[in-house]
Amino acid sequence: MLIFELSRPGRGSFHQAPAPVPEPQLPPALLRALPPLLPEVSELDAVRHYTRLSQKNFSIDTQFYPLGSCTMKYNPRACNQLAMLPGFLAAHPAAPEAAIQGLLACLYDLQEILKEVTGMAAVSLTPMAGAQGEFAGVAMIRAYHDSRGDAERTEIIVPDAAHGTNPATAAMCGYATREVSTDREGNVDLAALRSAVGPKTAGLMLTNPSTLGVFEPSIEAIRDIVHGAGGLLYYDGANLNAILGKVRPGDMGFDVIHVNLHKTFSTPHGGGGPGAGPVGVSARLAEFLPVPVVAKEEGGYRWLTELERPRSIGRLSAHGGNVGVLLRAYVYARMLGREGMARVADYATLNANYLMAELARAGFELAFPRRRASHEFIVSLKNLKETTGIGAMDVAKRLLDKGFHAPTTYFPMLVSECLLIEPTETESKETLDAFVAAMREILEEAHTRPELVKNAPHTLPVRRLDDVKAARDLNLTWKPNPG
Amino acid sequence: MPFIPHTPEDLRAMLERIGIPALDGLFDEIPAGLRLHKPPAVPPALGEAEVARLMARRAVPERRTLNFIGAGAYEHHIPAAVWQLATRGEFYSAYTPYQAEASQGTLQVLYEFQTMMASLAGLDVSNAGLYDGASALGEALLMAVRAHRGARRVLMPATVHPAYRRVVRALVKHQGIEVIEVPYCTDCGHTLAEALEPYSKQEVAALVIPQPNFFGVLEPVDDLVNWIHARGGLAVGLVNPVLLGLLKPPGGWGESGADIAVGEGQPLGIPLSGGGPYFGFMTCKAALVRQMPGRIVGATLDKDGRPGYTLTLQAREQHIRRSKATSNICTNQGLMVTAATIHMALLGSVGLRRVAAASCARTQALAEKLTAIPGVSRLFAGPHAHEAVICLPASSSDVLRSLLQRGILGGLDLRVDYPELGHALLVCATETKLTEDLDCYAEQLQAALQDSRVSPC
Amino acid sequence: MSIPSDLKYTATHEWVRRETDGTMTVGITHHAQEQLGDIVFVETPAVGKAFKRDQECGVVESVKAASDIYAPVGGEVTAANAVLRDTPEAINQDPYGAWMFKLRPADPAEWDGLLDAAAYAKVAESEAH
Repeated sequence: MLIFELSRPGRGSFHQAPAPVPEPQLPPALLRALPPLLPEVSELDAVRHYTRLSQKNFSIDTQFYPLGSCTMKYNPRACNQLAMLPGFLAAHPAAPEAAIQGLLACLYDLQEILKEVTGMAAVSLTPMAGAQGEFAGVAMIRAYHDSRGDAERTEIIVPDAAHGTNPATAAMCGYATREVSTDREGNVDLAALRSAVGPKTAGLMLTNPSTLGVFEPSIEAIRDIVHGAGGLLYYDGANLNAILGKVRPGDMGFDVIHVNLHKTFSTPHGGGGPGAGPVGVSARLAEFLPVPVVAKEEGGYRWLTELERPRSIGRLSAHGGNVGVLLRAYVYARMLGREGMARVADYATLNANYLMAELARAGFELAFPRRRASHEFIVSLKNLKETTGIGAMDVAKRLLDKGFHAPTTYFPMLVSECLLIEPTETESKETLDAFVAAMREILEEAHTRPELVKNAPHTLPVRRLDDVKAARDLNLTWKPNPG
Repeated sequence: MPFIPHTPEDLRAMLERIGIPALDGLFDEIPAGLRLHKPPAVPPALGEAEVARLMARRAVPERRTLNFIGAGAYEHHIPAAVWQLATRGEFYSAYTPYQAEASQGTLQVLYEFQTMMASLAGLDVSNAGLYDGASALGEALLMAVRAHRGARRVLMPATVHPAYRRVVRALVKHQGIEVIEVPYCTDCGHTLAEALEPYSKQEVAALVIPQPNFFGVLEPVDDLVNWIHARGGLAVGLVNPVLLGLLKPPGGWGESGADIAVGEGQPLGIPLSGGGPYFGFMTCKAALVRQMPGRIVGATLDKDGRPGYTLTLQAREQHIRRSKATSNICTNQGLMVTAATIHMALLGSVGLRRVAAASCARTQALAEKLTAIPGVSRLFAGPHAHEAVICLPASSSDVLRSLLQRGILGGLDLRVDYPELGHALLVCATETKLTEDLDCYAEQLQAALQDSRVSPC
Repeated sequence: MSIPSDLKYTATHEWVRRETDGTMTVGITHHAQEQLGDIVFVETPAVGKAFKRDQECGVVESVKAASDIYAPVGGEVTAANAVLRDTPEAINQDPYGAWMFKLRPADPAEWDGLLDAAAYAKVAESEAH
């Protein structure tokens, strides 16, 4: 049932809208003739409808959610409550700085914390998501080369295992993408990298630990190859949570990074955002950071904008970015504190390696059995698919029946029939053991009752959906029945 | 340990199963020379009570203020149910609905949102949300250039929010797109079709049409849409979703309607929150749907023929199309879009229209009260929505500072972006401002002007 | 895997048939549609538009993949198969019947540079493993 189908003419109560006023003076030709299609429902109708819809979702608060590469760890309630204090919510983005010193202090402190844990010289918090952070980062690489009159560099190098956002971002910044291959152990193929770099290389975008769930041990050689060719090194911070407090991108030699606060700093994923993707840079790129950034001066905190930062790559949002998300990350960072940063990496890695070891014992095939897992790892169901016809998507759907959200499927594309599994540090041993038990059951079912798995899920509000129909017969808005 | 449930016994048992003696062994593939050997120099951990104290202190403004700033972010009443529902854990802590069967709640909310937005804009389809209004405008122009398949030149009136124009420039400049700024009529405060004539011989992919524009002035949208369509370009409307409860929707502009309409979703139940998170929305004609960036939800059927919802048209997106994707965007600011959907469901079309009408009426009343003060005048006399430009007989920055001391956020100083207007302020009163609030502003402005040295506008 | 011997092919999985009037008809191979899965959308080039050899001139989309179509020979588009707009699945059902577009080649000799069925079979086979 859609909210529109609950609508009854005359039911809307309007106690949440202002009282009617005399019509403002506006030319009739510019006014709306027909009302928009919004429902007329009581407040209780709406509350019940959206409460019921929420109950059709899996979420971290209700289920284990080992979605690889997404870091679905517990989102502390305090972070939400404190970011939604009335004083923060009422702050207008164009309010004078004198009126929002407390808010600016939080943002400034967060900039400092991110500088310290990433080892970068300067940070801007403004990108509104990881992908926008990537855009900012690659735009800064371009600004750097342009500022040196070096217009020959037209290529961004990306490992074939990279997130799709990397090549998409390179294209948005006017660069061609050049892929380098991955070797059998999941590392960047150094020979391929050496032959890919040259005078056209603007930079390399690298996720480390990689999307394959392993740390790139030759990172220093990679750095030397790219820097040696005059390119810059971009750190995709999607997996920073795996190394927080252990090793810093700045120390590895990266020139530009972005951090996904909704991953490492546990801000909520909200059913698809909002996130935040702050960027950090080495000193030689600091002047190009996107604006605004927060400065601490004698008289207090203030925004630095295009006026003070004329060489900035510019502005990526109308205001200062996703401030409310930044506040949640700030609260989380203060609660972790000095001692807690490395614990994130310790226990995220512990849980991943434990789960990997237990799943291997349960008979699942690991994509990189000789490697230490980072915070996530890959199981390949290629052989299971060949012997039983049960593939990654089937196992994923069957897990839903057993009360677990599915791992990431079919990414990275390098490993066929893959499940990318990220347990995160906030899950207990009991939860991991229950997941292993469910996976054992599914493996058993795949051999004994394959139809059960093939047709999963059986227990959710809907069964497997026809996504071919969804794409062929596009139905993107509800329409009232004619007559 | 905050948020980490492991007991010492768990740790011991898990390490044993992995086959290493201590946690440190988990990091043995990281080159030793790169490893940190001491904790980062960040402040020590705070307990929940301590951090609550810190944040409570920082959230309190130094003085209570009445806010008369709009300029792209508007203070409206948000029904209590909106955020109580949106922050339910099942919405708050879910992710992008890749596993459709386990995400029907989020997916149906997005489908309802798309329906509401398309109808508000009078266009065929809507995506499930973008970052914010400014970046949505940038994406709309990239989309228009893709759809046009010829010109890489777009026309941008100077009456578009200055920050939006900066964002657009930052987002499109690497793709060889030329953004031409069109001057406005300094008497009427909007774009004139005559001002577009110099470009009538050039190939233009799109014209941006803000309604209302940054000054709150209503643009002659019908003429502008007809002008760009006659030259083979796309009309991109930039609209305020609350005002669409009252104003003619972009789909009805001119002979054949705007092709794309985008805007800032914040007025639909999103708190000001220092500038974000908000969300952008994008609607368009059906023929352009495959050029649209961002998530899109479609209705379909399950194996048993029951209706359900799923992400669709994913082949446009970065995870499939990689360097040829319509955009690198992944998020749809899902939680904000959820709140906005609930907000629109609670207000309905009557409520939304009332909010729009009350905001326009209050701003008109405010402008009258302020211009009754000697020396204060109004710029751009034509029809206005819920913002107005007033001109002061004294330095606008001095007056704003003085007003702040008196508990009034008096508006946005236009000095930097529109120096030609003199000491001008952009003021806004939404339905949240009562007559007594407007009177208070007028009294305090009069007092502030008496304090400051009067220099002519 | 069906690879008719009377057609020619490209390494990017287009098939080409030379018509008696000298135009060339283009579609995608059985192997290509199988790799893509259920096809949900086809974008064909505009009639009258000219392309160079190997230039992108269309797109075929399935739910989980998208593939560009390249002009197998240089030339001007003389026809596009409008049926595919509403029934993209025709390519899955009959890949060698569901042609996408016809070209009038600028240089008819480019026909000779295309792969024959045996050569294309090797290309398709190498990808299947």
